[in-house]
Amino acid sequence: MSPTLIQSRPDFAAIAAWIPAGASVLDLGCGDGSLLGYLKNERNVRGYGVEIDDANILHCIARGVNVIQSNLEDGLSGFETGAFDFVILSQTLQATRHTEKLVREMLRVGREGIVSFPNFGYWKARLQVLRGNMPVSDELPYQWYDTPNVHLCTLRDFEHLCHDLDVRILDQRVITNGREIALLPNLLGSTAVYRFRRNS
Amino acid sequence: MNNSVGIVTAQRAQFDTPLTFRSGAVLPHYELVYETYGTLNADKSNAVLICHALSGHHHVAGYYADAPKNLGWWDNMVGPGKPLDTDKFFVIGLNNLGGCHGSTGPSSIDPASGQPYGSNFPIVTVEDWVDSQARLADHLGISQFAAVMGGSLGGMQAMQWAMAYPERVRHVLAIATAPCLTTENIAFNDVARNAILTDPDFHGGDFYRQGVVPTRGLRLARMLGHITYLSDDAMAGKFGRGLRSGEYQYGYDIEFEVESYLRYQGDKFASYFDANTYLLMTKALDYFDPARHTEHDLARAFAAIRADFLVVSFSSDWRFSPDRSREIVKALLHNRCNVSYAEIESRHGHDSFLMQDEQYFAVMRNYLNNVAKEFA
Repeated sequence: MSPTLIQSRPDFAAIAAWIPAGASVLDLGCGDGSLLGYLKNERNVRGYGVEIDDANILHCIARGVNVIQSNLEDGLSGFETGAFDFVILSQTLQATRHTEKLVREMLRVGREGIVSFPNFGYWKARLQVLRGNMPVSDELPYQWYDTPNVHLCTLRDFEHLCHDLDVRILDQRVITNGREIALLPNLLGSTAVYRFRRNS
Repeated sequence: MNNSVGIVTAQRAQFDTPLTFRSGAVLPHYELVYETYGTLNADKSNAVLICHALSGHHHVAGYYADAPKNLGWWDNMVGPGKPLDTDKFFVIGLNNLGGCHGSTGPSSIDPASGQPYGSNFPIVTVEDWVDSQARLADHLGISQFAAVMGGSLGGMQAMQWAMAYPERVRHVLAIATAPCLTTENIAFNDVARNAILTDPDFHGGDFYRQGVVPTRGLRLARMLGHITYLSDDAMAGKFGRGLRSGEYQYGYDIEFEVESYLRYQGDKFASYFDANTYLLMTKALDYFDPARHTEHDLARAFAAIRADFLVVSFSSDWRFSPDRSREIVKALLHNRCNVSYAEIESRHGHDSFLMQDEQYFAVMRNYLNNVAKEFA
C-alpha cells in the first residue's frame, strides 16, 4: 500500500490485514476504489465496489476495479445472500440513514462484516462538546449544518448495536494519527475498525 | 473532419454454408454487408464488434466519399481519440440478416425464385444473428473479440455472444438493454406490427411485386416507437405545447410542434426502411429471453459466460429501465463474473445511448482504455 494511501486512510491498513488472499469482497461506499485496487493487486481478491458518486465510478473503472453504481440507502437487494466472504463499510456507517438495517444486510450478503468510523467518543470531540460546540476535526471535517454524517457514534455505542443485533465482534483496531491505540480506546482513539459476524 | 475515421467503404461477405435458424428455417446462401475502422493488429486481438439496434446498420462511423453528410450512427462514439478509439481498436459494424441496408433480407432477391423473399424470409432471432456474426468473424480471421458491444437490441446480441461463444469474447459492453422485453414492450411492438400488417399495401409481406410500399403502416409504427424512445421530460422540453401557427385551428391537421416532429420522423423513416425488416426486428426483440431455457433463472442462463462486462443504463429510459440492467448485473454477480455498472443521469429516454453525454462517454472511454491495455 502506498504511504500516501496509509496516511490518508489509516483504517485501510487494518482492513487489508484481515482479508486473506483470494477472498471475495464487497466494498460498500468504495469511493475511488483505492482499497479494492490494493486488495485486488496485493491479495488477488475478487472484489466489487458499490458507489453512488459519478466521479468515483469513473475512478474505479479507470483503476480496473469492479464497481456497481447504486445507492446504499436502497439496500443490498442486488446482492445474493452469502455471496461474499467480507462486506466492508469504511468511513460510511456514520453517513447512512438506515444504519441498523444496513449492518444486518452486510451480514446477510457477507460471512463477515468490517466497518470503520470516526469515534465520537474521542477526547478531542468530547472536549469540543464540553466547550459547547459540535466537534470539527480531521476525522469529522464538517460543520453541523453541512455534514453528511447523520449517525455518529462512539465505540461503546457501536458495540451496543452489535449486541442488540446478535452480532459477535471478532476483532477491533483503534487508531489515532496512524498509531494503534490499546489504552482507553473509546477516549483516546479517533478512528475505529471492527470485524464482526453473526452469532448464530 | 476532426476525430473522424474519415471516408469509409462498405464491404460484403458471401456465405454459402446453409444457416439453420431457431425457427427451423434454412437459408442456403446469404450476404452480410459490413464496415471496418482502424487496423487489425498482428495477433488479431484488438477487434471490437458493434451490434446494431432496431433500425441500425453497418454504417457505424465515418462518411462516404459521395455522401459526406451521411455520418455513421455511432460516429460520436467511434473514431480516433473517441471512447472506442480506432487508433487502438479494429472496429466492425455489420448489417444484420433480415436487414434492409445490404445484408440478405426480405427485400433481397431470393435466388430460388428470382423474386424478393418478402413473406418467405424466415423470422430471425438474436441467437441466429450471433451465429451469423460468428461466421463473419471467421471470415475475417478473428477467433476472439476484445469486445462485443451494443445498445438496446444490440446489447442483447452482445450478451448472446458471451453466452453462445464464451471463448470468443473477452468483454461485453451492454448498454441500455435488458435480459428480455417487458410485457409492455412486447405490447408496443405488437401495435407497431399491427400498423404494418393491416396496411392494405402490405400484401402479406409481398408488396414488392405489387410495386407498392406500406408507407402508412411503417410510418405509424415508427411514430409510436419514437415516442417510446424519448421521455416525457425530453418531449416536454423539446416541444412543450408549442403550436406551429400559434393558434388553435380546430381541425386535424398538424398543429402541435410534436405532431409535426413525429410525422416528419415517420415519413423520413418510411421512405427508406423496409416494412418486413421492421417486423423481423421487433419480433427478434420480443423473442429474446435466454432465461426461457433455464426456468426463468437468468443466472443459470449466464452460467457459461467468461467475459467481463460493462453494463450501462440511463435514468429516464423507461423502455429498457435501469432495473432491467440491474437484473443483468445480479445474474453476472451470481456467476462471479467481473462486472461494472454505471447508471447515467439523462433525460433523453432510451435514445440516450446514442447521444453524447460527458459521464456516459467517460465511463465508456475509461473501460475501453483498460480493454486496450490487455493487448497493447
